[in-house]
Amino acid sequence: MIRMLAPLVVFLALVGLLAVGMKTAQDRQVVNSPLIGKPVPNFTLPRLHLPDTTVSTADRLGDVWLLNVWGSWCQSCRIEHPFITQLAENAGVPLVGFNWKDERTDALKWLGQFGDPWHYHMVDYEGRSAIDLGVYGAPETFLIDHLGIIRHKHIGPIDEASYDQLMMRIDALRREVKP
Amino acid sequence: MIAKRLFAIVALMSALSLAFASAIEPYDFRTEVEEIRFKALAAELRCTVCQNQSLADSDAPLAQDLRRELFLMIQDNRSDQEIRNFMVERYGEFVLYRPPLASHTLLLWGGPIVLLVIALIASVVVVQQRRRLL
Repeated sequence: MIRMLAPLVVFLALVGLLAVGMKTAQDRQVVNSPLIGKPVPNFTLPRLHLPDTTVSTADRLGDVWLLNVWGSWCQSCRIEHPFITQLAENAGVPLVGFNWKDERTDALKWLGQFGDPWHYHMVDYEGRSAIDLGVYGAPETFLIDHLGIIRHKHIGPIDEASYDQLMMRIDALRREVKP
Repeated sequence: MIAKRLFAIVALMSALSLAFASAIEPYDFRTEVEEIRFKALAAELRCTVCQNQSLADSDAPLAQDLRRELFLMIQDNRSDQEIRNFMVERYGEFVLYRPPLASHTLLLWGGPIVLLVIALIASVVVVQQRRRLL
C-alpha cells in the first residue's frame, strides 16, 4: 500500500512546490532595495526646466518627500502618469521627478503632452546617480523622510492598489514626523 | 560542392558570432590584468533589469552604465571585493551570481549535499533489502 502511494505523494509534493513557485514568480523579480532604512545618497543634478541651476537631494532635508524615477522612453511611466497626478494633488508632500537617461527635448515634449504635476525634475542623463540610488528600471518611487532616510521604495508603475498603499504610508509617515 | 557548402556554413556562423559579440563596448585597458578582471567581474555580476543575464551578456542601457562604472572603478585601482560591495550596497546580494556563504544561504549551499547524503542512505537501504530477498 505504502509502496503504491509513494509516487503519488512525491508527485503531489512536486505539484505543490511548482504551484508555490508560480505564485511567487512575480515577487521574485522585484529586487528589494538594500537602501531602505539608509540615507538617500547625496547627489546634485541640473533641473529639467532650468538646466543652469542644480538641486541636491540634501536640499529637501526637513521634508517628507517623494522621488519618482521616470523617462519619456518608458511605457509604464505613461500608464503611471494619472496616478502621479493624483499623488501630487493628494499626498501633501513634494513630489520630485528624477528624469533618467532621457533627452531633454523628449522629456519636455512628454510633459507637454501628458502634464507636469511634479514639484521639479532632477536630470540624470548619464545614469550615474541612478546607480547610487540602486535604480534598475523605471518607474520607481522612493518615499524619503524628514531626516533623509529612504523609508519605502515602490518598483514599477503605481496603480490603483499601490496608490492606496502608498498614500497610507505617506499619511503614517507625516503623522510620525508631526504628531 | 560539399566544400562550398561547408564554407557557406562557416561564413554564416562567424557572421552570427560577430553579431552576438557586440554587447561589450571597447574600453582601453592599461594592462591585461585589468582587462581580465573586468571580464571576470562583468561575468559574475547580474544585470538587474534583464535578470537572467550577466553584465557581460546584456545590451540593456543599465548594463552599459554599470560596465562603465566597473571600468572606472578598475581604473581607480579598487579591489574586486570593493567593487562587489559597491554593487551589493546598491542592488542587494541579488546582483551576485555566486551568493556568499552565510546563515541565510546555508540551505542553498548545503541543500545539494544534504540531498546527496539522503540519496546515498536510501540506495544503501534499498540494496540491502533486495539482498535479503534473494
